[in-house]
Amino acid sequence: MLDAFNLIFEGSSSLYEIVLLSLRVSGIALLLSTLVGIPLGAVLGLGRFPGRQLMVAFMYTGMGFPPVVIGLFVYLLLSRSGPLGQIDASWIPDLFTPGAMVIAQSIIAFPLVAGFTMAAVLGVDPGLRQQVRSLGATDWQTTLAVLLEARIGVIVSIIAGFGGIISEVGAVMLVGGNIEGRTRVLTTAIVLETRQGNFDLALALGAILLAITFVINVLMLRLQGKALNE
Amino acid sequence: MNLDVRPSYAIENVSKTYGGRQVLGVERLDIHPGEILAIVGPSGSGKSTLLRLLNFLEPPSGGRIRYGGESFEPNRDVSLDLRRSVTTVAQRPVLLNRSVRANVEFGLRLRGRRDNVSDVRRALDKVGLAAMEGQPARTLSGGEAQRVALARAMVIKPFVLLLDEPTANLDPYNVTVIEEAVRRLNTEEGTTIVLVTHNVFQARRLAHRVVLILDGKIVEVSDAESFFEHPKDPRTAAFVRGEMVY
Repeated sequence: MLDAFNLIFEGSSSLYEIVLLSLRVSGIALLLSTLVGIPLGAVLGLGRFPGRQLMVAFMYTGMGFPPVVIGLFVYLLLSRSGPLGQIDASWIPDLFTPGAMVIAQSIIAFPLVAGFTMAAVLGVDPGLRQQVRSLGATDWQTTLAVLLEARIGVIVSIIAGFGGIISEVGAVMLVGGNIEGRTRVLTTAIVLETRQGNFDLALALGAILLAITFVINVLMLRLQGKALNE
Repeated sequence: MNLDVRPSYAIENVSKTYGGRQVLGVERLDIHPGEILAIVGPSGSGKSTLLRLLNFLEPPSGGRIRYGGESFEPNRDVSLDLRRSVTTVAQRPVLLNRSVRANVEFGLRLRGRRDNVSDVRRALDKVGLAAMEGQPARTLSGGEAQRVALARAMVIKPFVLLLDEPTANLDPYNVTVIEEAVRRLNTEEGTTIVLVTHNVFQARRLAHRVVLILDGKIVEVSDAESFFEHPKDPRTAAFVRGEMVY
C-alpha cells in the first residue's frame, strides 16, 4: 500500500498522461452528453407529443444498458467494414483513438443525463410554467426557467453521467484498445496492471480515480449547495 | 399593437371546450381600459378559464378575442408584445425557489431589463415587503407570498392585470394590503384590472362593473351599484343575497 502512495507522489510522465487522457475523454463525453441530454430531458419532461412514451422507454433502457454492449455497437459502427468506418470523413474518429472512446462514453452518459433531467423537470410545480408564461416568457425562456427551478436535479443528472463514464472500463477497452501512450485511461490501466500482478500500481491508479471522482463530486455538491441554500 | 392607446378587450362568441365538454360560452363582453371588472360566480363556472383566455395562455375553441388591434382565435396566436401587456396573479402564488428580489425582477429580466433595483424596491414597497427583498421566497407565509406575486406582476407595468381569487384563504390584514395595492395600481397607473372572485363583498369594495357567470354563460353585466342594488336577473339577486349554493 505504501508503495502505491509513493508511486502517486513520485509521479511519472506516463501516469500523468493516463490521468489527463481519462479526464479529457470523460470530460468531453460528459460535455457532449450534457449538451444533448439536458435539452432532451427538458423536452421529454415538458412536451406532450406522439411517441414521447416510446422515447422515454428507450431512454430508461439506455440508462441501464451495459457499457460493454455500447462499446460493441460503437466498435461495429467504426470498424473498417462498419457503416461509419467506410466513410472517409475527418469528423468520424477511427477505432482505437480517444475520439472513439469519447463517442462510446457520450452514448453511455447521455441517457443518464436526459433521464435524471426529465425526472427533475417533472418534479417542478406544473403551475410554474403557466405563471412564467403569464409574466411574458417565450417558449425558450419558459423552458430555461423550469430547468433553473429544477437545477438541483439537473446537477444530479450531470453527476450521474460523470459517475457512469469515469469508472467505466468495458466500452473504452473495446473501442480504445488500451494502447500505451494513446488510449490508455485509468480504468483500463488498472485492469492491465492487475493482470500483470502489479498490484501496487493498480492500487495507486485506483486511488487516483477515486480522488478525481471525489473532487468532481465535491465541486458539483458545492454548486448544488448554493442552489439548496437559496 | 398601438401602445399609445390602452387597449380594450372585445370578446365575441368565445367558447372553450375540454374533452368535448364546453366550459365557457361568452357571446359578447367588452372590457374597457382603466376599469376594474369583477367576474363573480360559483366555483367551476368558467371564471378562471376566461382569465386564461384573456392572458392568451390558451386559445379559445371558437370565436375571437380582439385586443390591441389583434385577434386571438383558434390556431391564431398573438404577438409577444401584446401578450406581455397582460399578466395574471393566480390564486396560489407560484414563486421561484430564489430570493424575493429575484422573483419580483423576473418579469423585467424576461424583457431584458437588468438595471431594475429601484423598480423592484418600489414594487415591494407598495405591498409592504421592502424589508424582505433578500429573503428566500420559500420562507414566506401564504399572505407574504401572494404579495410578492402581486409585486412581481405590478413591476412590469402591465396594461391589464388579471387577478384570480387573489385573496382566497388569506387573513384580513393581507386582504387589505392586496386590495389597497390593486386600487392604487388602478387609480395611479390606469391599469385595467379583471378580478375573478366568488367573494361578493370584495367585488363590491373594488369593482366598477361586475359580471356574473353561471355554467360558463354570462348572466348579467352591469355597473357595481346596479349589480348589487338593483340586479336585473333573479339569479344575480340570489347570488348577491348569498342564496346561491356554491
